[in-house]
Amino acid sequence: MSGSGAGEIFARVVTPHLPAAYRLALWLLRDRATAEDVVQDAAERAFRHIATFRGENACAWVLRIVRNQAVETLAKSRPSAELDDDLPDDAPLADAALFCAEGETVLHAALAALPPTLRECLVLRELEEMSYRDIADIVGIPVGTVMSRLWRARQMLMDQTEGLRA
Amino acid sequence: MTVESCEDMHLLIQADHDGELNAADAARVAAHLQTCPACAAQAAALRRLSTRLRAEFVPEVLPLRLQATAARLAAPPRVPAWRAARRQYPGFAVGLALAACLALVVLPRPPVDLADEAVTAHIRALQPGHLIDVISTDKHTVKPWFNGKLDYSPPVQDFAGIGFPLKGGRLDYLAGRPVAVLIYGRARHVIDLTVWPGAAAPARDGTTNGYNYLSWSHDGMVFWAVSDLNKAELGSFAALWH
Repeated sequence: MSGSGAGEIFARVVTPHLPAAYRLALWLLRDRATAEDVVQDAAERAFRHIATFRGENACAWVLRIVRNQAVETLAKSRPSAELDDDLPDDAPLADAALFCAEGETVLHAALAALPPTLRECLVLRELEEMSYRDIADIVGIPVGTVMSRLWRARQMLMDQTEGLRA
Repeated sequence: MTVESCEDMHLLIQADHDGELNAADAARVAAHLQTCPACAAQAAALRRLSTRLRAEFVPEVLPLRLQATAARLAAPPRVPAWRAARRQYPGFAVGLALAACLALVVLPRPPVDLADEAVTAHIRALQPGHLIDVISTDKHTVKPWFNGKLDYSPPVQDFAGIGFPLKGGRLDYLAGRPVAVLIYGRARHVIDLTVWPGAAAPARDGTTNGYNYLSWSHDGMVFWAVSDLNKAELGSFAALWH
């Protein structure tokens, strides 16, 4: 019955966080098919390694696996690139309209144009409402770095969008 | 205030905005904001940005393929108690069946939540090969397909013209009876609409395991719509039936 035991743990630990994990992959990779593939692989990986989950923060555990897989995929697609660089293709997602309320794409474009390292922190904080500690765990950086990246990301967004500054 | 001290405050102002400060530091930030218009403006800009971000980006739902993967990797759909018991004590199957018959007569119906049942049926149906028994976008094909399979004829409508195309139908078992399920599409989402004849019941809506559901009654039929589609669009779909 170990199979069904793993399945039960998977359903409890992994399944609830897959939507957030998928959204993170989507924001990092900015391509639906690739993000789906990444989350698919990461889910399989999480299932195989479910025994290594020790009851810590499930959300951070799942998102870390997906994030690592996404970063690996990014690196493979651009062997010479660091995650710190912006992506070469800055075209917005083909179906960007799905992301945005009608008629509002300035903010989307600005968010998509952020360097991935800043974008992931901002998306996790603003859209997934995660704590600094969780973001630090997922990305694998100190909390102080999360704070400075968030600050830079927000300043860049404010600079690039109208009407946000006082 | 010197420029340096304001810059030192920035990350604290941000942390305050993000709800990450303890009471003492939050009080420090509040005191600074009262005396420093520039930092107060920064704090207001942070609030505006957050509000705008959260308003503008509708959370993406998990694509169907990943939902199916999660369902496959997770435990199989909940096994009814009697089946679990039969698995544990196969020898008692006959006795149990007999007891079940008696229980059916004697006991009140067990309180099964229809929402759980409907969502579980939807998730089960998303697994490969379970989704559609009759694949057709033609309501004149789908409706007669149920003839002889059910003791009622479900209303079948196609809303392809307004973005909810009919994909087909299937038989399922819900609320203690065989029921018709109509499958509709919405972009990449699947909507299961289960219909059976029944007394008007209070409309319900909610979310279970990440799936939204809506139920309503109309013309002597009970409707349950389940989908990973967002609530607003599921609501628009439901409105088409009234």
